[in-house]
Amino acid sequence: MGNVLEVRSLSKSFGGIRAVRDVSFDLKRGEFLALIGPNGAGKTTCFNMLNGYLRPDTGSVKLLGRELVGIPPRKVWRMGVGRTFQITETFRSMTVLENVQMALISHNRRIFDLFSKATALYRDEALKLLELIGMAAQADRPCAELAYGDLKQLELAIALAHDPDLLLMDEPTAGMAPNERIALMQLTADIVARGHVSVIFTEHDMDVVFAHSHRILVLNRGELIAEGTGDEIRANALVQEVYLGGGSLFHEKETAHA
Amino acid sequence: MGFYLAQLLTGLANASSLFLIACGLSIIFGVTRIVNFAHGSFYMLGAYLSYTLVTHLSALGALGFWGGVLVSALLVGVIGLLVEVLILRRIYRAPELFQLVATFGILLIIEDAALAIWGAQDLLGPRAPGLSKAVRILGEPIPQYDLALIVIGPVVLGLIWLIFHRTRWGVLVRAATQDREMVGALGVNQALLFSSAFFLGSVMAGLGGALQIPREAVNLNMDLSVIGDAFVVVVIGGMGSVTGAFIAAVLISVLNAFAVLVFPQISLVLPFIVMALVLVVRPYGLLGKPGSEKGAPADPEAPLRPLNPAGRLAMGAVVVILALVPLVSADFTMILLVDVLIAVLFAASLHFIMGTGGMISFGHAAYFGVGAYAAALVVKWLGLSMVPAMIVAPVASGLAALVFGWFCVRLSGVYLGMLTLAAAQIVWGVTFQWQDVTGGDDGIIGVWPAKWASSETAYFYLALVLCAGGVWLLRRAAHAPFGYMLRGIRDSEIRAEAIGVDTRFHQWMAFTFAGTLAGLAGVVSAFAKGSVFPDVLNISSSIDALIMVLLGGIHTLLGPLLGASVFVLIESWVTRLEYWRFIFGLIILGVVLIAPDGLAGALSRLLAFLKARIRPGTDTKKEALHGQRS
Ligand SMILES: Nc1ncnc2c1ncn2[C@@H]1O[C@H](COP(=O)(O)OP(=O)(O)OP(=O)(O)O)[C@@H](O)[C@H]1O
Ligand SMILES: [Mg+2]
Repeated sequence: MGNVLEVRSLSKSFGGIRAVRDVSFDLKRGEFLALIGPNGAGKTTCFNMLNGYLRPDTGSVKLLGRELVGIPPRKVWRMGVGRTFQITETFRSMTVLENVQMALISHNRRIFDLFSKATALYRDEALKLLELIGMAAQADRPCAELAYGDLKQLELAIALAHDPDLLLMDEPTAGMAPNERIALMQLTADIVARGHVSVIFTEHDMDVVFAHSHRILVLNRGELIAEGTGDEIRANALVQEVYLGGGSLFHEKETAHA
Repeated sequence: MGFYLAQLLTGLANASSLFLIACGLSIIFGVTRIVNFAHGSFYMLGAYLSYTLVTHLSALGALGFWGGVLVSALLVGVIGLLVEVLILRRIYRAPELFQLVATFGILLIIEDAALAIWGAQDLLGPRAPGLSKAVRILGEPIPQYDLALIVIGPVVLGLIWLIFHRTRWGVLVRAATQDREMVGALGVNQALLFSSAFFLGSVMAGLGGALQIPREAVNLNMDLSVIGDAFVVVVIGGMGSVTGAFIAAVLISVLNAFAVLVFPQISLVLPFIVMALVLVVRPYGLLGKPGSEKGAPADPEAPLRPLNPAGRLAMGAVVVILALVPLVSADFTMILLVDVLIAVLFAASLHFIMGTGGMISFGHAAYFGVGAYAAALVVKWLGLSMVPAMIVAPVASGLAALVFGWFCVRLSGVYLGMLTLAAAQIVWGVTFQWQDVTGGDDGIIGVWPAKWASSETAYFYLALVLCAGGVWLLRRAAHAPFGYMLRGIRDSEIRAEAIGVDTRFHQWMAFTFAGTLAGLAGVVSAFAKGSVFPDVLNISSSIDALIMVLLGGIHTLLGPLLGASVFVLIESWVTRLEYWRFIFGLIILGVVLIAPDGLAGALSRLLAFLKARIRPGTDTKKEALHGQRS
């Protein structure tokens, strides 16, 4: 199968900080790729360049052969890239269901509709997505009341609404209880297993990373220092060194930062 | 040569007095984030107090004058402190709208207090002893007092700079201006810091006013006439930046001194044009920092709910009752009700961008006024009749909103509010000055309805259809994807962008849509009155609309309807009284302090309370939490 995403020599500096340096990688269809690295390694910056929130200083990002650099996030989304955020971004004055409906309304290009009742549009599809992530029972709750973990889950439902080819998940489980984490990542893995969507996710919880990802990229100070399967990464001396500040790679504690 | 130098010196003298007012405003905004309309009142009070003091102390000569000026400034500082402690302190965490309207209420109260104390006539103050003559520079006479002002401005700037950089208090003020949370975290006594900053800012306003008495007659319009320019200076300089305010004051005043030579009419609009240009290039003003525009974080609104059957029935009943009114009532009731209908549509259109869209507009009267004037102009100059005029007007106001909106949606927070205000002031200035076309101050008269609509009853029905139709359209849009997405953008721009929305374009269209409907209200008003005057465009009209939205409650779609109705009824009753501003100011403060969710909020609390009494066991709190009735 061909590559969904081809990233070549991506770099970005903020003032003097070289947040991402010369990062290149490919992503296959149906692949579940983890992007790991210590705090400040440049993971979020990388994501922001992949879907248009930041313009890279150099480099190229090709989605199914089409260049993404220079295209604003809203258009990248229309080309089939979904995104969840490290710090959740939802419409807090709407219900859970309405949040998903808004993505569907936008996908169907009806946001300038002045007359239809928004809450009546794409209800069933939205409910189906909520069922998929196990939040159907919360459909009518105001988003502002949700626990942080639930918001993270809701973001996944929103990101899946337009049936993307590529999903970028920035720390999808941060702030969740351990059992919730396992459930969410299992669910994501199931979706990936259907073979249509490819996922790149960042994560600090190594158990999650090793349990599900097909392949792992390790970023340190903006540079890609290793790439491989879980076993290869575990055995990699350089990665050990980066992570060995306070104990083994397997017990790396998630540093809470939202 | 000498002439140009004289012009420059006049400009610099004006810059000094403008700077004195603006720097106080900027300090207060920087620390408390309050957009303080009452600053104009402090300036006016400074002038009145120093008029009284200086006249009484005239026997003391120069000491009497300067002593009187300083004491007045300090007295104003004390008044400012009282206002801060008694009122503003309670609303620091409220949305900008509340603060703005509250300070406007204070302005009204102070204006009537001044009227009661000093009377309505202009008061000509004494000249400064020893500085009452003119000196000749390159053959041109320059007032000595102007030269003194030119020195005073930079001296004050220097003193403030010293205070801000050499004292612990000053360092804290600067820190608070940059990052409010941080100061809270440092364990500084915030209340004290805010109060003292407010005191200093008020003293500066008082000083500015006190120093003005040798230059202009003291009058009751000083407050509003100065506040517009003061805001412009603060915004151009960057909110919270005293040095920026100084640069901006010099820029505006000197530009103005020369621009009037070429184009005398420009002085009313020049500051606003400069501000608009500066904001487009530098969205935070010359020396402002990103983030300085944000007010306190707001609590998320409850989800929108469609009107329940009882509510829908009530709305229908209101319309039906209105439709039956002409059968039973006299003409003057209908005239009043037409005013109510116009206000309701106007307020609802403002609510669409402010409530639903989260975009602050301090200048919504622009679109109302453009609608009214467009109709009047095509009637006067093209001889069009009512119906075509009613079609032209909303299109014209929509176009105006399209043009101004393009600039406005690029900004956010207070800067956005100020740019909308600038837009309105520019339209007002042009209308006021362009005598040949708009009639200037005399307005345009003879804007009468078509024959079939000329009876009070017929026009009432026409107004009912147009205004109710407009409100229906707005509500429909709010419940439709267009309005929902607008709310989405308000909640999270990042999320909206991440689901494929061009957020600026969407906001721009919403701005235009609301402007169009404000224009419809404007044209209905023009034909109802048979005339149009520039005051439909001024700051007070924009603020009236804000008060209506606030009075009704910003968080519900029903709010503006209630608020506008009550506003017009109160206004028609209160303005007959001598001190109506005072009463109105008190009402505004009452709403802000006691019922910040407005009448709609109070009503829904009352309903929930009654429900609980009738059917004990229903959880009223849950009811209140569970969504706004709209
Ligand atoms: N907008 C910005 N301006 C300046 N520096 C930035 C900006 N965004 C990120 N940085 C810097 O770039 C580096 C990479 O940050 P990034 O957020 O990409 O890291 P990360 O790997 O996502 O870290 P974390 O695990 O903490 O989320 C950091 O040093 C950060 O301080
Ligand atoms: Mg990150």
